[in-house]
Amino acid sequence: MYTQALDSQQPAAAEPAGEALHAARFQARVDAEDKIEPKDWMPEAYRQTLIRQISQHAHSEIVGMLPEGNWITRAPSLRRKAVLIAKVQDEGGHGMYLYSAAETLGVGRAQLIAQLLSGAAKYSSIFNYPTLTWADVGAIGWLVDGAAIMNQIPICRCSYGPYARAMVRICKEESFHQRQGFEIMLTLARGSAAQRAMAQDALRRWWWPSIMMFGPSDADSKHTAQSMRWKIKRFSNDELRQKFVDVTVPQAEFLGLSIPDAQLRLDAATGHYEIGPIDWSEFHAVLKGHGPCNHERLEARRAAHAEGAWVREAAAAHAAKLAARAAA
Amino acid sequence: MDEDWPLFEVFIRSRAGLEHRHVGSVHAADPAMAIEHARDVYTRRQEGVSLWVVPSVAIIASDPSEAESLFEPARDKVYRHPTFYEIPDEVKNL
Repeated sequence: MYTQALDSQQPAAAEPAGEALHAARFQARVDAEDKIEPKDWMPEAYRQTLIRQISQHAHSEIVGMLPEGNWITRAPSLRRKAVLIAKVQDEGGHGMYLYSAAETLGVGRAQLIAQLLSGAAKYSSIFNYPTLTWADVGAIGWLVDGAAIMNQIPICRCSYGPYARAMVRICKEESFHQRQGFEIMLTLARGSAAQRAMAQDALRRWWWPSIMMFGPSDADSKHTAQSMRWKIKRFSNDELRQKFVDVTVPQAEFLGLSIPDAQLRLDAATGHYEIGPIDWSEFHAVLKGHGPCNHERLEARRAAHAEGAWVREAAAAHAAKLAARAAA
Repeated sequence: MDEDWPLFEVFIRSRAGLEHRHVGSVHAADPAMAIEHARDVYTRRQEGVSLWVVPSVAIIASDPSEAESLFEPARDKVYRHPTFYEIPDEVKNL
């Protein structure tokens, strides 16, 4: 019982000094590329940053099922339909991995869902745009999942173990999403004039929202520096955006489609593509809830939650009955 | 706000002959549902041939703050490793 004796000898004022020591040790572990695990000491701000980021990410996966789910019943062939169902199912799975990772930080699943449904939590602005034609399903896989992969691959090396592990699993699965999207675009691009026009129109509408998925430019990004110190983030928003542009422009050229940016040009000196100015007022408007589908997306999630209430109640009643029988 | 269903930790045996490995967790109302959810969430690509689900509350974990006292004592006992012992090269099969 000497632990008790030790406890009683701790001076009450030792707390702040201990905190600083913990913080220094924590940062040293992060600097040494050691992974932080759920029960390890971590600064409260690190915990809160991760809860915010992982839960926003999880919400994005869940809301992300809606724009594509819109086309499951109207996919042009059985093959496309099976693929789209599998993709949407993956997005649901990704949401589950991420909610689980967030929960290791001490937040409850029901609490996270409640934040999404109340509108208090944010999710990726991209899912507030409508899917007007079948080509949008192709453009989402190619561009939106492509941008997501670019964002997510560095998070596989995030300092927080459960988030990094969830991301490894997700990245493995995302690759199929992007390739199936590009295949849809390629099929349309090689099809009739009407199909090519449909593909072009989808690229026209999805290009800039995809570019904005990387978030505000570095100069305006509030959290980047701290997240980099904590190794939650490895590259800045603008670095990732540039990588995405550099790999995607040649793919659009292969499709024979034009990117809706008159100022887009290859800088021969740097080997990088330069894009025109981004309309950040649109980004902020969509984030604030004024995108074309913000209202519809949240309503769909709320309706799904409300209509599933009886299933949750029945499952709970069944579990209680089984437990009672086992006890008897 | 709803109550959370109990949390279960999920372990997968990827193929016969290998051990079950922890892959994540699911919420479920009862153990049978936990197996179904684990199947749906963690084995969409034939990741396994067998699943374990364990109520998370049943797991007893070591305390990270005690990691030093638990694991440090093994550190200076390098003589537990075969490479600690110097054997002349000409001696074979040792």
